[in-house]
Amino acid sequence: MSVKKVFLDPLINNNPITLQILGICSALAVTTTLETVMVMVLAVTLVTAFSSFFVSIIRHSIPSSIRIIVQMTIISSFVIIIDQILRAYLYDVSKSLSVYVGLIITNCIVMGRAEGYAMKNPPLISFVDGLGNGLGYGLILFLVGIFRELLGSGKLFGFTILKTTFNGGRYLPNGLMLLSPSAFLLIGGIIWIIRTIKPEQIEKD
Amino acid sequence: MTNDSVKKTLLVAFLLCVVCALLVAGSTVLLRPKQKENKELDITKNLLSVTGLIQSNKISKKISKDEVKEAFKKITVKILDLSTTQLSDKPEVAIKKQDPKLVTIYFVKENNTISQIVLPIQGKGLWSTLYGFIALAPDTVTVKGLNFYQHGETPGLGGEIDNPAWKALWPGKKVLDPDKDFAPVLTVVRGKVGEGTEKAENKIDGLSGATITSRGVQDLVNYWLGKDGFGKFLAKFRSGEVRL
Repeated sequence: MSVKKVFLDPLINNNPITLQILGICSALAVTTTLETVMVMVLAVTLVTAFSSFFVSIIRHSIPSSIRIIVQMTIISSFVIIIDQILRAYLYDVSKSLSVYVGLIITNCIVMGRAEGYAMKNPPLISFVDGLGNGLGYGLILFLVGIFRELLGSGKLFGFTILKTTFNGGRYLPNGLMLLSPSAFLLIGGIIWIIRTIKPEQIEKD
Repeated sequence: MTNDSVKKTLLVAFLLCVVCALLVAGSTVLLRPKQKENKELDITKNLLSVTGLIQSNKISKKISKDEVKEAFKKITVKILDLSTTQLSDKPEVAIKKQDPKLVTIYFVKENNTISQIVLPIQGKGLWSTLYGFIALAPDTVTVKGLNFYQHGETPGLGGEIDNPAWKALWPGKKVLDPDKDFAPVLTVVRGKVGEGTEKAENKIDGLSGATITSRGVQDLVNYWLGKDGFGKFLAKFRSGEVRL
């Protein structure tokens, strides 16, 4: 598989959220504003890419009895390091992300790619696969985030686009958009649209 | 030796743990000073915001350290001994001894008169302890501002204690009742405090979907302004015995 294909596939054809149905939980939690989406996507992409890279480097030496734990340890270490870096250099954003950065450890995408790809492929291509999946995740989160921030608080990236009635404007914000179920519905809608355009993604029953 | 022998398994596990532990511990220790600096700056910004010395919407925009320093010049910091109600300038060392009776409190001084008293408050929410400040006018009854700089409540529910619209309800509220010997009388109501509600100045809107957090706020404000908290000190302040 060419590097380009490995990188671009997870965007639409093999998107971790819409096809592999992984990483839904954090997609619900952090998509209320685009700023948190961007930081979260960056964190997940880096964790997935580097974890896959290092798992792949030692893939021939991992005893099968501790395989999953080894992957977990590598992933956890990266998540902790990234959390510490965020708290040092992007303190305000890390405050709004609160526990969700730590929860990247539980994000199925990271483990899924480590076990499903990095264990069977060389390091550099595993790194690229991690990047691609992180960005595929990011694409969906970005789309959901646009809807939720704009319709839920009238803003994009913190800049007011629709002045809300609370601030003297005319737009009455959609409260549902600020709660998690809206992300669930939006992701469902996105999956529906993608599978209408690309019917091959529909599972064969 | 094959990958699955006991020896190899133990070796891989051991090496992995050592390497990961070094990386994690190393990054944590290296970054700790910067994180501490961030946390202290954040608390200072919240302190300045609760008094109105910096606008709260400026906190989210990048406010420079110099602006913070400049605004902080109007603040006088004192250590209060809760048991004796004595104020002192004891250095940081005393506080580090974790003596719960010693609390750092703040006064806003403008034109040589005290215009606000800022007290640290904390208490249990639903998931976490809420840490914040309450700013009082010199009458010790009227609130000038209230905010929480640290908590782990659910975003969108208990987390709405950070909502500027809710924080804006606090200035002007009266948390002590002069007719009841200055007992704390704050009540968080269900829904909104209506226009004609009796004793509306002692009541504040509840947070939708966050009953326990709201109750926590009510309880912690009443506790700290009462006899077990700053109550005795505030009585002393009212009698004019406090000199800075």
